[in-house]
Amino acid sequence: MSVAATIRPGRMAALRRNPTLVAGGIVLGLIVIVAVFAPWLAPYPADAGNATHPFQVLAPPSSAHPFGTDLVGRDLLSRVMFGARISLRLVIEVLVIAGLIGIPLGLVAGYFGGRIDQVIMRITDVFLAFPALLLSLAIAFVLTPSVQNMTIAIAVTWWPWYTRLVRGEAASVTTRPYIESCRVLGVAPWRVLLRHVLPNSMTPVLVQMSLDAGGILLTAASISFLGLGAQDPTPEWGLMVSQGAQYFSTQWWFVTFAGVSILLTAMAFNMIGDGVRELLDPKRVISR
Amino acid sequence: MIRFAAHRLALGVLVVVGVVVLTFLIARVIPGDPAVTYAGPRASKAQLAQTRQQLGLDKSLPVQLADYMKGIATGDWGTSYRTKQPVLSDLRTVLPASIELVTAGLFLALLIGLPLGLIAARYHGGAPDILVRVFSVIGVSMPVFWLALILQLVFAQRLGWLPAAGEYNPNLYYSSPLTSYVQMPVVDALITGNIPVLESTVSHLILPALVIAAYPAGLLARMVRASVLDTLGESHIRMTRSLGFGDLAIYGRWALRPAMNPVVQVTALVFAYSLANTFLVEAVFDWPGLGSYAANSLQSLDTPAIVGVTLIVAIVYVILNLIVDIVQAAIDPRIRLR
Repeated sequence: MSVAATIRPGRMAALRRNPTLVAGGIVLGLIVIVAVFAPWLAPYPADAGNATHPFQVLAPPSSAHPFGTDLVGRDLLSRVMFGARISLRLVIEVLVIAGLIGIPLGLVAGYFGGRIDQVIMRITDVFLAFPALLLSLAIAFVLTPSVQNMTIAIAVTWWPWYTRLVRGEAASVTTRPYIESCRVLGVAPWRVLLRHVLPNSMTPVLVQMSLDAGGILLTAASISFLGLGAQDPTPEWGLMVSQGAQYFSTQWWFVTFAGVSILLTAMAFNMIGDGVRELLDPKRVISR
Repeated sequence: MIRFAAHRLALGVLVVVGVVVLTFLIARVIPGDPAVTYAGPRASKAQLAQTRQQLGLDKSLPVQLADYMKGIATGDWGTSYRTKQPVLSDLRTVLPASIELVTAGLFLALLIGLPLGLIAARYHGGAPDILVRVFSVIGVSMPVFWLALILQLVFAQRLGWLPAAGEYNPNLYYSSPLTSYVQMPVVDALITGNIPVLESTVSHLILPALVIAAYPAGLLARMVRASVLDTLGESHIRMTRSLGFGDLAIYGRWALRPAMNPVVQVTALVFAYSLANTFLVEAVFDWPGLGSYAANSLQSLDTPAIVGVTLIVAIVYVILNLIVDIVQAAIDPRIRLR
């Protein structure tokens, strides 16, 4: 019997016990496909940019425009599809940047302890005293509004959570005998950190990251809704809801489809997060 | 206990100082040359130089920071460009309405979240459990600004069950004027026995409060479910069961109890989170609180007002956190040793 065959039944069983993970994964998979192939799937790719069609402004859903059109006549289905690219990319970028800042700081704080630990942790305390939306809004406010600056603003807000988690984990790993024997053997500290402490401190961070993806998506949509994120031709979902808000009572489609996309994507992320937590099951996951 | 409280208080003060420094960095350092932001893009060189001097930007950064902190400590939070009023007095007028809204929202969240969590735990794995879990995922994944628009459209504009916007019916300004003591209409109306205003405010409060409640309700339902499921396996629950107590007593009293500590903690912490969410909700419902003030300030590029809002929410958060820590340590002595 091949190795794959012996592993597979166990995996399938684990997945069967974890329907949230499977459901979230399927929905997110579809969204990823739409995002990747948007230029080929979207009926009017040019409408994701600054094309205008003055003769079909605010047209209701029809076979030509299944999601209707917006206030300059752009096809909303195409814009929603391209919007998936912006949102997914933003979530990944925020997680990567926040991880790159937060994880090393947490490792250093947890491994070395003492004064450096105190300084790093007090700084994270300050950042954690703000609700994430508030701090990223304040930072986005002083930057020029754009998707890129919004990404930076959210990442700057997000890293302290990972520092805290990694620090706790690294501090407890550091006291274990195998780390002590590394030290006794004279292994360089950076090597101990990277080869031994880091891999053994990552599980809770990975779980937290998968739980955070939905929150990051919602924060970004909120910032764009308030006008400090993506700017007009960009087909960002939060921005689309804000553009359609004043037309909502008469042109319902403008707001509805962009809003549903945010909700569905956030749900997919949150279900995957819950599923991953069940799978890896560390008990110390922060609720935000 | 006193030592623990003093230690926590000192840490809290330290965090507030850090929060002030961070807002200083955001307002003065990140934008590059704040004078350009303050004076506007069309300002001449002479105007820029004047603005720089007015704002004290010609001094060194540490001196600027010291001036800024002195201002914050003595109650001089700057003047809003938009309202031309001192930011602190603006905040004093708008904050109570938001505290009222968020309190109502969290009250609804507890009212919805706790029973749902209990029901999910009681029927663990069954249809009610799955429904509640779906509900809680929707709650925490909901873009609040979108939910606000939808509830307003459906329940106010289409069905006409509830008023669409405002704090209470403006006709009542004349027929039964409200004397304000604390700037919270519900509380003021209760104090003065002003029933028409009370009824009107409560009906205006329901929709925005429901929107605020969505996230915490989902979070609480999920937490209570997990905590109760953990507790159910323990021996004291098996004992109450064998003594013949009914489900209602077992779930409502003994299984829920250990969940209450985290519930209190999360409710307090989610308060500040919800204050930030009012930015997205109040403007839609025209609720005259911190959120509307912040949204207007964002649009008119009113930096002092935004910094003020950011500071006040962070300070509320630190204070609530401090209270939760101390109360929990008072209830559970083990926490003091951590």
